[in-house]
Amino acid sequence: MNVKPDPTFHATAQLAMLAPMENYGFTVMLSPDGSASDGIAVVDLNSASDTYGQIVHQVIVPSKGDEFHHFGWNACSSSLSPMSGHAFLERRYLIVPGIRSSRIFIIDVKDPLKAKIHKTIEPEEVFKKTGYSRPHTIHCGPEGIYVSTLGGGGKDGTDGPPGIFIMDCETFEIIGQYEMDRGEQDKHYDFWWNLPQDYMVSSEWGLPPQFENGIVAEDLLSNKYGHKIHFWDLRKRKNIQTIDLGENHQMALEIRPAHDPKKSYGFCGVVVDTTNLQGSIFTWWRDDDGTWQAKKTITIDPHPADPDELPDLLKGFSAVPPLVTDIDLSLDDKYLYVACWGIGEMHQYDVSDPMNPVLAGKVEIGGIVKDTKHPNGKDFAFGPQMVEISRDGKRVYWTNSLYSSWDDQFYPDDEGGQMVMARVGDNGGLELDKDFYVDFPKGYRSHQIRLEGGDCSTDSFCYPNV
Amino acid sequence: MGVDLTSTTALWWAVVVSGLYHGVNPGMGWPLAVSAGLMQNRTSALPEALGMLAFGHLLAMLVILMPFSIMAALFTWEREIRLGAGLLVVAMGCYLLINRRHPKLLARIHPARLALWSFLAAMAHGAGLMLLPIYLQLCSPQTLDSGHQAASTLMSGNLSQAIKVAVVHTLSMTLGGGVIAAVIYFYLGLKYLSRTWFNLDILWALSLVIVGVFGVYLAY
Repeated sequence: MNVKPDPTFHATAQLAMLAPMENYGFTVMLSPDGSASDGIAVVDLNSASDTYGQIVHQVIVPSKGDEFHHFGWNACSSSLSPMSGHAFLERRYLIVPGIRSSRIFIIDVKDPLKAKIHKTIEPEEVFKKTGYSRPHTIHCGPEGIYVSTLGGGGKDGTDGPPGIFIMDCETFEIIGQYEMDRGEQDKHYDFWWNLPQDYMVSSEWGLPPQFENGIVAEDLLSNKYGHKIHFWDLRKRKNIQTIDLGENHQMALEIRPAHDPKKSYGFCGVVVDTTNLQGSIFTWWRDDDGTWQAKKTITIDPHPADPDELPDLLKGFSAVPPLVTDIDLSLDDKYLYVACWGIGEMHQYDVSDPMNPVLAGKVEIGGIVKDTKHPNGKDFAFGPQMVEISRDGKRVYWTNSLYSSWDDQFYPDDEGGQMVMARVGDNGGLELDKDFYVDFPKGYRSHQIRLEGGDCSTDSFCYPNV
Repeated sequence: MGVDLTSTTALWWAVVVSGLYHGVNPGMGWPLAVSAGLMQNRTSALPEALGMLAFGHLLAMLVILMPFSIMAALFTWEREIRLGAGLLVVAMGCYLLINRRHPKLLARIHPARLALWSFLAAMAHGAGLMLLPIYLQLCSPQTLDSGHQAASTLMSGNLSQAIKVAVVHTLSMTLGGGVIAAVIYFYLGLKYLSRTWFNLDILWALSLVIVGVFGVYLAY
């Protein structure tokens, strides 16, 4: 417990942008076949350091087959909430769930170079206390740490709907289910909120049998993956409205609300439109009368391709879908980054007008057909996937693996883990940094990135920009 | 020349100072007033929020002081009541020292329900208890010179005294919090929100212990 608030907590997104540059990044190390243990790589991001762009420490867990995917902090700028009157937590621990094992690791990164496991929560405890399985997204909120899950109870995670559970932010004890009235929500993926306005938005991927052993083509073509977003009264824990984006909009994944809590809008990325293979972004917003709305504001077309160059899954379509699998919004709410994992492109949209996004920059790297090399001449396996933006909005980092079994279906001949970085121009635009290229140890792929001191997909701000 | 800590003047100053002390503690809500002004984009939302917070705080003071104002009229038991009250305050201080967890209940309240939030925050932190020994001393026969009054007169005197204490305390609490909120809102900006935010938990708990011990000591 500190006497003063943690210096990495910021009242507003604006203030967070002025904070010192990140020195370290934390990135998932995934053993795709479970032959080795997963871990968290600590990457040196300080350009003045001798070990810049290298993995300087690894926390490898003792178990195998956990499948690390997303992770988050024990505390963020939400600690400065005026409601809590209690801003003295430390941003010190990473909450790292295994989405295959349902085991959760609490990793102490106070000294990044000596990061170590602080506590392990066994899967049985998650099952027993929550009725959920396959924990995924982490956010620190009003009553502790909120953890979204992808599965319900039972062996295949289909016994009851998945949802969110709450953990104590100091002891890491699991408290229990979040929902009091989930309405029609029966699948889960991401969630985020606006704390002062007291709403939460959640999204849907699919149930565990639809992803654990690979994408189920029949389910996709019959539109059985998630295609709804849910709006919640955050403190009443009640689903107040569900918007169906249309059943052809398969897999509504990342939810990115505007960081300025005065705004009542945000974005959601949709992986694929089954009618035309487009990827899309929906803007959601609240009307003056309090009703939530959503409208498709970005579409990205598939690229025609010779079936010989395509994996079995796509041969019949003679095209590569963009596969919008991650999006991230800069802290000034100006640029939305959209990872097109299938075609191997990272797009940068100016979303100053959230209803009319404009493509401002683009980088090509990897991709099913193009397989574009990094400017340093090296290979980039798979395509651009988990993307994270520095607080000041000037550096955009990303990795390449989507999910073990899906990587193998879409990129059957690829292997490897890379993390790269692009620099943002003063007036937008995006250019890969030739000198930043982290090649992961053999046998490991990479997924989500967290930046020391917070980044653009962790911190929730409780005060508006001024 | 020594100051008599039990003089009426000194006790009223204690009521005022405890109010300022509660007011500057972010745990009693001034950041909510800053937030209200900024979120609603109008300056008048700040004093409105302060008013709601004050109302909740006042209620929390009265809830604690009222039962004692009635009991204090039983002046055969006066000493025992004051001893008990002092020990209760010490116990609350010790509890807050040992249990350093933050009350989760406060996080469940809707951000717009400021009076309810303020009431519960004051209750959870034992804010009313901190006033109790001061109030009981103000009601004591020596201070009031009421040794020969009828119980009913005493009781109504005690009740109005309780209201006076709670109101004066709440006014100075609102002044303390209001000054900080206004300075941050109008001059310093939100950067100073985290800079002026100190962890008062231990100091707060110790204050309860000290005030409680003081109450017990005076009862003897």
